[in-house]
Amino acid sequence: MTTANAGTDSSTIDVAGVPLSYESSGEGPVMALLPHETGSMGAGELQRLLAENHRVAAPTLPGWDGTPRHEWMGSVRDMAVLMNLTLDKRDAGPINLVGLGFGAWIAAEMATMNQDRIAHLILVNPMGLQPNDGEIMDQFLLGHEAYLQAGYHDLDRMAAHYSDGQPSVDELVEQDENREMTARIAWKPYMFSQTLAQLLTEVRIPTRVLISSHDQIVPPSCGQQYVDAMPNATLGRIDDAGHFAAIEQPAALAQAITEFCAT
Amino acid sequence: MHIMYFTEQPMSTYPREAGRDAGNTALMISNEHFDPVDGSRLYNERLREYILCEEVGFDGIMLNEHHNAPFCMQAKTNVFASILAAVTDRVKIVPLGNPLPLSENPVRIAEELAMIDMISGGRLVSGIVRGGGTEQLAAGVNPAYNRERFIEAHDLIVKTWTQPGPFRWEGKHYQNRIVNPWTTPLQKPHPRIWVPGVASRETTEWAAQHRYPYICLNTTLEATQKIWEVYDEAANEVGYEPGPENRGYLLRVHVQDTEEKALEGAAEFNWMMGEFTGLAHPVWSSPAGYSSPQHRRALVEIANNRRPSPRGGAAPSLDTQIETMQIIAGTPDQVVEKLRVVMEGTRPGIFAIWGNDGSVSHEDSKRCIELLGKEVLPAVREIADELELNSPFDVDAPVSLEHSAPATIATAAAGGA
Repeated sequence: MTTANAGTDSSTIDVAGVPLSYESSGEGPVMALLPHETGSMGAGELQRLLAENHRVAAPTLPGWDGTPRHEWMGSVRDMAVLMNLTLDKRDAGPINLVGLGFGAWIAAEMATMNQDRIAHLILVNPMGLQPNDGEIMDQFLLGHEAYLQAGYHDLDRMAAHYSDGQPSVDELVEQDENREMTARIAWKPYMFSQTLAQLLTEVRIPTRVLISSHDQIVPPSCGQQYVDAMPNATLGRIDDAGHFAAIEQPAALAQAITEFCAT
Repeated sequence: MHIMYFTEQPMSTYPREAGRDAGNTALMISNEHFDPVDGSRLYNERLREYILCEEVGFDGIMLNEHHNAPFCMQAKTNVFASILAAVTDRVKIVPLGNPLPLSENPVRIAEELAMIDMISGGRLVSGIVRGGGTEQLAAGVNPAYNRERFIEAHDLIVKTWTQPGPFRWEGKHYQNRIVNPWTTPLQKPHPRIWVPGVASRETTEWAAQHRYPYICLNTTLEATQKIWEVYDEAANEVGYEPGPENRGYLLRVHVQDTEEKALEGAAEFNWMMGEFTGLAHPVWSSPAGYSSPQHRRALVEIANNRRPSPRGGAAPSLDTQIETMQIIAGTPDQVVEKLRVVMEGTRPGIFAIWGNDGSVSHEDSKRCIELLGKEVLPAVREIADELELNSPFDVDAPVSLEHSAPATIATAAAGGA
């Protein structure tokens, strides 16, 4: 099913018995954009910029943002398998795969299983590996708004992002629903895999790991750990940004992604 | 009526300013404030008080457990249950209860409880709970699967108690390829299961569907009556008419020789910023996925300062709690008069008296227990008889809907099987 809206098509595809929703825009090589565990909020401008050079598909993780969930799903790897099945079902690829934070973990898991369908892999502030230094911030100890705030380097940008200067109650309720989904598949170990690092050593996809200058949620060591593990990965940096680089620096991030995909 | 004594077993020497400074008194407040020397003394004082409870006439001793917080020093309810099984002779031992989702192996809980039941000569009542939100975080257990784990662990424990092993359990959350514990309970078909709670409609309905008594934990009279409406409706749907034997009520009651001293002790019920389960961030108390979806919006609003929290500084004053009979304090005569009102309003067959909290001294706790046993309990029993508030033991109620045969205690002649 596909519906069009101001240059963006909203579609669903049935995968493993549950519809997966995604938005598509732009023309060019296909790019998939996987969101944070906080949902699809705020990636619209990044998607718009990337769509200047790509046909961008931005799925909603099933179960997130009010969409139907897979009751059986119990791990991030399950989610990666589901996303790979989606690529198979569409006979997509090779595509450029971009993941933001939690979405980057899913993308990395996908890469270990489906290298032929991925041309370029871009991991932005990736979760998924146990930090050598520090810990991934535990959102379950923070209020929803406080966790969102921790994702920003400049809180004025967060205020500007919301029409009332702060998330509405509806948006916070959605954050709680998304948080429940995060618990269902990433509770323990929290936000990392104990087996991914070794599998990444066989991933030969050209990979760009981008870390923000001021990420309070994922320690900077995680980005370097991805680069160290993967044979064709390099590290880049997004300045003046926190974990939600897509919201704080969409232009710089889009440029970094687009340039890498052109190589 | 079955009358139990309860205390949270507080770490009364914990420095209160530490809680005020930290802004919380559960989960994250550092255990550097725990003093094991005081802990050793307090555990043993509580033990002597429990023994006194049996001497003065209580029918049961209600226990519980909590984690990472000074309001309750019991980290494993089965530990004190085990001790009491050995050092008491008559009282029912009532852990309310084992937080089933926290366990990675429910069969082990079944074994522990079977041992307690046998050592006590069949005096165990096995309470079961989901555990609070902070408990899930303290144990690292996924809150999103709390209710599923609670139900599956319960099913596995009851099967372990009632069906000969070995059998295999391949569940969603528990996989035990060989279930065959050597120990099984003395009570047949199995020890009584009681379910305490405060708010969850789903848990109330679940208890009623199994015909397990539901124990309201210090709920208001109005809230208690609403809980009974939910319970009664669910019970009727599965085909039985519940009575007082299905209803329990926990109430804070502090008695002393003078009203002044009783009020002084009752003030200790509010000792931890008025939060008897500790002051915690709302997302610790109700992590995502732990509570019913119907409560999600209100919890989110509270967690993000979009509506005032009903906890912390907003807790009712002592005067208000006494006025609304959330706390009853006074001389025995004064207390009995109010207890009649509560009993008429809640009609429990199981009555738990939470007698002492905070920094009430060992001596004052003992005096409270003596007065309760010698002067209050006889009067309460008379009122209960007048109101026909029978306990499950009084009417030999079935232990559950699934196992409705009369409850027995295995004897040598029966082979103990």
